Amino acid sequence: MAEVKHSRKACAVNPLKMSQPIGAALAFLGMDQALPLLHGSQGCTAFGLVLFVKHFRETIPLQTTAMNEVTTILGGLENVEQALVNIHKRAAPALVGLISTGITEAKGDDVDGFLQLIRQKHPELADMEVVFVSTPDFAGAFQDGWGKAVLRMVETIAKPSNVRRPWQVNILPGCHLTPGDIEEVKEMVEAFGLTPVVLPDLSGSMDGHIPETFLPTTLGGTRLDELRSMGESAYTLVIGEQGRAAAAKLKDIAGVPYTVFDRLTGLRPCDDFLALLSRIANTEVPPRFKRQRSQLLDAMLDGHFHFGKKKVAVAAEPDLLYALTTFLTEMGAEIQVAVASTESPLLNRVPADEVLIGDLEDFEQGAVGADLLITHAHGRQAAARLGIPFWRSGLPTFDRLGAAHKVSVGYRGTRNLIFEVGNVFIENLHEAVPDDFRPTAEPAASCGTGCAHGAAAVACH
Amino acid sequence: MSALQQKVASVLEEPGCATNQAKGEKERKAGCKKQLTPGAAAGGCAFDGAKIALQPIVDVAHLVHGPIACEGNSWDSRHTLSSGSHIYRTGFTTDMNEMDVVYGGEKKLYRAIKEIIDKYDPPAVFVYQTCLPAMIGDDIEAVCKAAAAKFGKPVIPVNAPGFVGSKNLGNKLGGEALLDYVIGTREPEYTTPCDINLIGEYNVVGELWQVKPLFDELGIRILATISGDGRYNDIATAHKARAAIMLCSQALINVARKMEERYGIPFFEGSFYGVSDMSDALRKISALLVRQGGPADLPERAEALIAREEAKAWARLEPYKARLKGKRVLLFTGGVKSWSVVSALQEVGMEIVGTSMRKTTANDREKVKEIMGTDAHMFDELPPREMYRMLRDSQADVMLSGGRSQFVALKAKTPWVEINQERHHALAGYDGIVNLVDEIDKALYNPVWQQVRQPAPWERPDWEQDLEEWQSCSQEECAGEVCHG
Repeated sequence: MAEVKHSRKACAVNPLKMSQPIGAALAFLGMDQALPLLHGSQGCTAFGLVLFVKHFRETIPLQTTAMNEVTTILGGLENVEQALVNIHKRAAPALVGLISTGITEAKGDDVDGFLQLIRQKHPELADMEVVFVSTPDFAGAFQDGWGKAVLRMVETIAKPSNVRRPWQVNILPGCHLTPGDIEEVKEMVEAFGLTPVVLPDLSGSMDGHIPETFLPTTLGGTRLDELRSMGESAYTLVIGEQGRAAAAKLKDIAGVPYTVFDRLTGLRPCDDFLALLSRIANTEVPPRFKRQRSQLLDAMLDGHFHFGKKKVAVAAEPDLLYALTTFLTEMGAEIQVAVASTESPLLNRVPADEVLIGDLEDFEQGAVGADLLITHAHGRQAAARLGIPFWRSGLPTFDRLGAAHKVSVGYRGTRNLIFEVGNVFIENLHEAVPDDFRPTAEPAASCGTGCAHGAAAVACH
Repeated sequence: MSALQQKVASVLEEPGCATNQAKGEKERKAGCKKQLTPGAAAGGCAFDGAKIALQPIVDVAHLVHGPIACEGNSWDSRHTLSSGSHIYRTGFTTDMNEMDVVYGGEKKLYRAIKEIIDKYDPPAVFVYQTCLPAMIGDDIEAVCKAAAAKFGKPVIPVNAPGFVGSKNLGNKLGGEALLDYVIGTREPEYTTPCDINLIGEYNVVGELWQVKPLFDELGIRILATISGDGRYNDIATAHKARAAIMLCSQALINVARKMEERYGIPFFEGSFYGVSDMSDALRKISALLVRQGGPADLPERAEALIAREEAKAWARLEPYKARLKGKRVLLFTGGVKSWSVVSALQEVGMEIVGTSMRKTTANDREKVKEIMGTDAHMFDELPPREMYRMLRDSQADVMLSGGRSQFVALKAKTPWVEINQERHHALAGYDGIVNLVDEIDKALYNPVWQQVRQPAPWERPDWEQDLEEWQSCSQEECAGEVCHG
């Protein structure tokens, strides 16, 4: 049970956190023929665009209502109207994700009201679905924006239904799942003869494929008809706490039962996931998973030597932080410092003495003497200053290839993770020198901060 | 009219700006009010522009006053390098929350400045205004003034909230902050008759260091670079330079012109991209320094250096000629560096099939027309879809552009070379053009192109027949590969 603390600084130094609106934008990027539209000044869009381009190494469709000083004060009705009309004319997406930002929220733009007026005035836009999500920059963080966008999509588009498709299962992945992770989850579901509907499905749009054509919208991802049919599914499986609200909403709307998996990394959650799939599909767990499970057990046995008592510093968004820290402690490592970007009910279940909602300066200070740093690519400066091995996880990862294809869910993903992280430990094994054994030598400096956390962390389920 | 509005208006009327020069008095007074189109806009905001212009000052703390989006989504993402302090790469932000919006963010900003000075003790703190605090009325000028007085350290307000305009406007507003608060506030330890400023050089991937040895050899001292690898205290003394070179097009024209006006520092617009441009810049600065009382033999020494370096550069480019002759280039960049690069590429035998004229002046158009002999291939705008079509139809062998269109080229399976601000290879000076040509060569001749353009066997028309032939072939002959012939 971790104590959750807040950084009391006036100045965030080396931010861990990113904003809600671009988290929402990424959720819409997982929809087919979609175009996220940030209602704010054009810089809001430009920064998000550059961030995603660098992380995914893809063109990113993302637009702006291009608010200026005057329209911000007067209200953005005209800008939203013009933006939707222009987008309809130029890009004709099936779905526009309209996302508010700090200034339009502070002004109090009534975007739902705007949309009604615009719909009346422009019947030609009828074939373009618009989902508005309220995501002020001055509250929450990236994963909150994602969660809200998914919730709003369910709220506005999913339908109640009397029909049940017993073979269809909804998957609500959090933004900490990569396109590669989602592919893995889909394969697991399909192996049971079930048809997954993933909302949103980054593995269709942001997986780095070569399309046959070039469009100013996303190509691939969840189709609107799939989203509409989610109310007919037999079950909803949520991966990450951030999807809970959307699943609960879908249950309200269409009575689809759901289960939230707080993570899908590690032996136990994967066991539970497959057991549940087996029950939903009413079939045996396919032999391939028995094989994969056995491989994972073997990897755990081979790997545990290298994880045992290692001190690891982790900074990430709540769902990813929880998945990583539980995985690490289940392999025998200890969490020296855990930093989260924002609030989440998961945080006090993180297997560490405390979780700090803070930045990478807090992370760097807490990480002195650790054996490994894990955070997104912005941890590189801290790693260089501290001289501690660094393993990148999360978005943005702009200085490594293949961020979209890292897999850390399922038996195979967990096995991957053991190998990848374990190899970092192996690479940095300390080779003994005579001084190590000199009886008069001072205790090793690295014990300074780490020993405060001496009690073995216990994974809480 | 607020102080910020007045500042914006004055920058938009900038008489030094070539676009404005082409306008009449009345049009100029109206300013550059190019309205952005909602739903069809691309590009950064004024805050982004101010940060681009000033963040290369490496020893100051750059503090962004705003919600997390402005700094959290963008920090440490540019490749401007430092030969010393790295504090410029630290992301500082007040990360405004709901309470700050309700009660105002000024107190938090003040405390943030104090925390930075206590912990990091930089020679100065630059405070960037953003849309949200501008909207709720946070007075960053007042906070900076109070903090500077209290802490005895320069705290510089950079008032360029995103929603006042474009990135280019932000560049200039960043420059205004230097003019208003920094330049002229210190005296240099010593001066020489060959002290110059470089204005609009950002040391992207170390390009300043790539050309600095040329100036060093001529005894020309770069007193201040605005702002690449810049130091606060050097920039504060920039008013004592004898002459200046203004680079990067019109981004900081206001700084160059106002320094001429205020301190009598003459300048010219130059470029370090391309052999002839580099030589031109050296010639012009030498002549200018002589006029300003510099050593009379400077031009002569400059000519000797130019002759030597040009000969070296052309000799190094020679081997590429055979490989690059007739290769068709699509050049898509925002700046006026286009035409100087154009001439260099033509020099090695490449053919320019198109170039963008975005952000360029009438003057530049003429230059490109002169070099290319026609304006048939100048694009004012090339939407990604059209660009993709051109490349897919093999209308160019290689595209040179900024990162934004990188994936348009790659998805069209076309070689691509980065030439804008996010480039990884230093392209300035005599070495830089050789680097650029080498980058093009490296991209064009990479073996992946041939492979990725091959359809999968089952997508070929006669694939089943091919397969049979392959199966009947002996392993020795084909080394296990399907023969298509």
